[in-house]
Amino acid sequence: MTGPVLSMRHDLASGSVLPDLRKPPITKLQLVKYAGASGDYNLIHTDDETARTVGLDGVIAHGMLSMGFLGEYLCWLAGPESVRRLSVRFHEMVRPGDTLTCRGRVKERTTGTDGSRLQLEVWAENQRAERVTVGEAEVQI
Amino acid sequence: MDQPAALSRDLIGRESEVIVFEVERGAIRKFAEAVQDQTPECLRGDVAPPTFPTTFRMTIPGLTYDLARVLHGAQEYRYERPLRAGDRVRCRFRVADIYQRKGRLGEMSFLILAMEGTDESGNPVFTGTTTAILR
Repeated sequence: MTGPVLSMRHDLASGSVLPDLRKPPITKLQLVKYAGASGDYNLIHTDDETARTVGLDGVIAHGMLSMGFLGEYLCWLAGPESVRRLSVRFHEMVRPGDTLTCRGRVKERTTGTDGSRLQLEVWAENQRAERVTVGEAEVQI
Repeated sequence: MDQPAALSRDLIGRESEVIVFEVERGAIRKFAEAVQDQTPECLRGDVAPPTFPTTFRMTIPGLTYDLARVLHGAQEYRYERPLRAGDRVRCRFRVADIYQRKGRLGEMSFLILAMEGTDESGNPVFTGTTTAILR
């Protein structure tokens, strides 16, 4: 490890495309683990039968899992001490077998008394390039 | 099953109790493992991943709904600093807004919950805003 990805980049400006972070495919086991770790025991994430009773084909991933991927993305980019904001909308459902990739772009770079901050556009997209979870973030660099 | 009644706007402003959550190293590690978060500080359990406040679960008196009918529409967190192992965070939830809107799936209730976490001296650590959609 050489530290956060962005610490090497002094050229970041509005519009700069950030490196992407590809996550392993989502599995049912991961959803069970996430249910336990997060305390979200909503059975539509872990029990196909319950999911079907509300009109789904089967279990869907917790929206917060994809937001968790974006949280990791920010830590990878800027380091865990430097994350100031993460705000997302859950656009599309995510199912076991889906592979999400976190991507981002710099919206704005601002300089204040406490150093530089980057306003980012971030999103997680699936293997069909659909943006499933879309948001904004702010990190200190 | 009966169609659940729309959430009453009378609930706006209602708050949970203040609960102190202890940020445990093992809980951070379990959370990071579930997300497959490769951040070394998180895997070691030293620093909590940014979405860790989702583990702080609380109820608001009078606010009940069928979990299977809830969609998570949006989520925001703002941080003064990351949570670390050993932190004791005082948390409170408040119903910030409730409104009804017609969508693709018919009449839906939107529930906006605001969450606040401070340290034991009352200094802000993070805030959260949850948009839940009840169909």
